[in-house]
Amino acid sequence: MIEFQMPSLGADMESAALVEWHIKPGDRVEAGDIVADVETDKGVIEIEVFHPGIVDSLLVEPSQDRLPIGTVLAMIRGEKEVPERVPASKEPARAAVPQIAQPAGVKPPTADGERRIRVSPLARKIAAELGVDLSKVEGTGPHGAIERADVERAAEAQKRAPEVVQPARPVEEAPKPAVAPPATDTYAAMRRAIALAMARSNREIPHYYLQTRIDMSKALRWLEEENLKRPIKGRLLPAVLLLKAVARALGDVPQLNGYWREDHFEPQEAVHIAFAIALRQGGLITPAIHNVDLKSLDELMEALHDVIARTRGGRLRGSELTDGTITVTNLGDMGVEVVQGVIYPPQVALVGFGKVVESPWVENGMFGIRPVITASLAGDHRASDGRQGAQFLDALNSHLQEADKL
Amino acid sequence: MTEAEIRTIIFEGLKRIAPEADPASLDAHLDVRQTLDIDSYDFLMFLIGLDEKLGVEIPEADYGKLISIDDMVDYLAARIPREAA
Repeated sequence: MIEFQMPSLGADMESAALVEWHIKPGDRVEAGDIVADVETDKGVIEIEVFHPGIVDSLLVEPSQDRLPIGTVLAMIRGEKEVPERVPASKEPARAAVPQIAQPAGVKPPTADGERRIRVSPLARKIAAELGVDLSKVEGTGPHGAIERADVERAAEAQKRAPEVVQPARPVEEAPKPAVAPPATDTYAAMRRAIALAMARSNREIPHYYLQTRIDMSKALRWLEEENLKRPIKGRLLPAVLLLKAVARALGDVPQLNGYWREDHFEPQEAVHIAFAIALRQGGLITPAIHNVDLKSLDELMEALHDVIARTRGGRLRGSELTDGTITVTNLGDMGVEVVQGVIYPPQVALVGFGKVVESPWVENGMFGIRPVITASLAGDHRASDGRQGAQFLDALNSHLQEADKL
Repeated sequence: MTEAEIRTIIFEGLKRIAPEADPASLDAHLDVRQTLDIDSYDFLMFLIGLDEKLGVEIPEADYGKLISIDDMVDYLAARIPREAA
């Protein structure tokens, strides 16, 4: 029997609320299947199971309560196991759980293929507070998503209709989290999470910093020509050139691609680049784009569209938040020329790109103006040294001089 | 298509990428991208929307002609495919 626990979804995450199950006892699951939605300071994340099996029992009911990482959420048995009777000596609440009762405000778990209700975290919270059954609410947000106004409207209508009977909730047996109660202000909560991660990073990781200026004239000229061959829907952003070049340079200097574990560096074969995406309401999230080295520029652009849309729509998967082997942050659009960042543990490097600036450039004794980008590297001195960092930036530059080979 | 209609479509497009903004209340001479904090990805999405609504595909070389809302209106008005009256 396997314990399915609340996963860690990043260095800055300590707890999350289980807001919706997508499985029920008896369902068969495969590795990678999404089994639940959890809500963190960064929004709602879909979490996956990593072992195949059959769902034996769900131990936690969806609620707004924050559960620490490691809390056992469900039991999954391997296919060869025989279903266990839950011993009567365990907490009485367990007996009520195997067939999940429907607490007010939660849509019943759906079978594969059924449309799930999309609910914004705020709407979900208000629905719980007002006792609104989300399955009866009509969503007016994007793709029929339920937003706060929809819930409030439904609550008004409910006041006039006969009262919805609230089923008694089984006593919550999960240990109360030792962390501070969730901030009612999501932005403040996110800032606190970021602060925790940044402070820990700076405390634990001995950073070194390097930067270099890269002449982007060839790359941008090549990109413009390529884009003329594509419809606007397929237009490539300079960001994909940067991501691919980073992936290539990591192939040349693998000491920057991987994880620091306890006391040693674990290089990773795969290159999953966590890309910093700003949220309009403030805050930053860094989902990974997988196998950047294996994707064509068009595939990368498609992946970028997909990950940004799901980030802003609050539909990321847990694996996307933890799989990054390195992070790239691009503040060029903001007019910042150089970025000196803080590494996200357990990664060992962070690459920053600033704004492309028309700058004086001397080459072969000739003076001209070129579009120049400043690329910076923050490195974990335990995993690499300045020389390797410099080799990486050098490789990055070489790859960007041959954009057609990316 | 009248200038007012083009302007409305521009406002709708901007509202989609910057939901907290009120484009109609913006000074039409301001640098839109800077004022609304629109990055290159958002801007591309905005242009894709304009192509869908107005049938005008804007090449990268023309990005410099789309700084303010007035610029955008002028640019699009000159390029919207003419329909029979």
